[in-house]
Amino acid sequence: METLTKTIQGVPLNHYILLCSIIFSIGVIGVLIRRNAIVIFMSVELMLNSVNLLLTAFSVYRGDATGQVFVFFVMALAAAEVAVGLAIIVMIYRNTNSVDINVLNRLKW
Amino acid sequence: MNTLIIISVLPLVLLYLGLYKAQKALLPVTIIGLLLALGCAISQWNDNAVPIYHGMMLFDNFSIMFSGITIVSTILIIFLSRGYFERISNHIAEYYAIILFSLAGIIVMVSFHNLTMLFIGIEIMSVSLYILAGIKKSDFASNEAALKYFLMGAFSTGFLLFGIALIYGSSGSFNLEAISSWVLDHPHVKDITPMFYTGVLLIIVGLCFKVGAAPFHFWTPDVYEGSPTLITAFMSTVVKTAGFAAFLRLFSACFAPLSAFWVPVLLVITVITLFIGNITALYQHSFKRMLAFSSISHAGYLLFAIVALGASSGSSVAVYATAYSIASIIAFGALILVQQQSGSDNFESFNGLSKKNPFLALVVTIAMLSLAGIPLTAGFIGKFFMFSTALKQYQVWLVVLAVVNAIISIFYYFRVIVAMYFRDAERAELTIPVYYKFVLGLSALITILIGVYPDVISKFF
Repeated sequence: METLTKTIQGVPLNHYILLCSIIFSIGVIGVLIRRNAIVIFMSVELMLNSVNLLLTAFSVYRGDATGQVFVFFVMALAAAEVAVGLAIIVMIYRNTNSVDINVLNRLKW
Repeated sequence: MNTLIIISVLPLVLLYLGLYKAQKALLPVTIIGLLLALGCAISQWNDNAVPIYHGMMLFDNFSIMFSGITIVSTILIIFLSRGYFERISNHIAEYYAIILFSLAGIIVMVSFHNLTMLFIGIEIMSVSLYILAGIKKSDFASNEAALKYFLMGAFSTGFLLFGIALIYGSSGSFNLEAISSWVLDHPHVKDITPMFYTGVLLIIVGLCFKVGAAPFHFWTPDVYEGSPTLITAFMSTVVKTAGFAAFLRLFSACFAPLSAFWVPVLLVITVITLFIGNITALYQHSFKRMLAFSSISHAGYLLFAIVALGASSGSSVAVYATAYSIASIIAFGALILVQQQSGSDNFESFNGLSKKNPFLALVVTIAMLSLAGIPLTAGFIGKFFMFSTALKQYQVWLVVLAVVNAIISIFYYFRVIVAMYFRDAERAELTIPVYYKFVLGLSALITILIGVYPDVISKFF
């Protein structure tokens, strides 16, 4: 455990922040430009996972476990969201035979 | 804290009732349970609250006040649900259970004392709402609303979480007290890292998405229009109140000393929200969509309390949210009845309502007057409290803009009144069920009472 912490701390904190910001931005751009509901959904998961990585990095650097506990909460609630989200996508697919969000134009966007 | 426990256990009881086909018992059990929870909340008023569950939650007067408002609004909406869910499916216990799960999330949201609880509360509420928006499984509008709400909700959660992570990274804690003392320990602007400021900005983005403030409002009209009307009523009253309570609690507890940084941002958001909400509402043909835009503009008025943060912010949000929730419940209740008769939610479907249903026309008129902020209604008192908080902080031009917007809003609220009283149409009389009469009459009475005797409510809060 000691060595693991040391290894993680071997990389400067700024690099972690930069990496997480880049992954987060990829997620945001994915949500904004992709048209497939499942890919948008995966981009959202990417955003959440970049947050998890960031929280873990902070937690190790501060020697404080609460950040890692928070990661568990994020994971659990992301899983709940996945369950509901996929159910909604399946419901849409049954009605329209498509998961392209361009079919969602009955209501004015 | 018994409130939260009752509201979390109640849905499980309801699911069992549904399992044993006790459909008749669902509504009474829900109402009794909620009244019990309300009683537990009120009994803790003015107790010296200390953080509970290892500093995770704090059930102080602020959270009791907002728990009370949200529980009462939920009770009124659940009264309206009688006979509503049966038309969608036979399994109605689940609908009540999900509404109550959502309410449990809301109670967590208004009494958090740790950013973990803020996140968990928002998620419990949102995940339940994604389901509720899509309960009409074969109706395409409902499907579309559910997917849009889900994608936008999950997207905004990402921003909120990134903000929380950055704040944790700079201050080293999720606890509101610890963050607040960290902020106070760094009195100079340059002491606070850019990371913390970015975190505050991202949290503002995430929360503005949730409360539907412009420029993050674009999902609101579609979701409100597509969802079943009863669920829209829940979203635009209870959920909006809870969102603002959480917003206000976080900013007054943690970020108040940094107001020089975030007030300009929120000022811009407030002004944009007011104008977009009111001007777009003018062009709507659908009553339901007009109410969606009006809820955006009311979000703008509610943001006043956070922009002009002070000791009385909490009570002015409470008064405004009460007035707005009650009036919206009347509007949505009337819309459900009219929609059932004519099958459409356009303004035209209200034509000639005053001839056949004078009572319904009267309560809708009261609701519209209250939403527009005409004196002698609760809406006026709400706006008065809001504007006087803002004036205390010398935000004079903001109040001037808000008054201009209040005048714009009179146009579209009065379109309904004109349709009901001055347009003629052949229509049959609507039969108003007893439950609806009770809710509509009670809400109209409260609206007038608060408007005529504002002392009553200002003593309360």
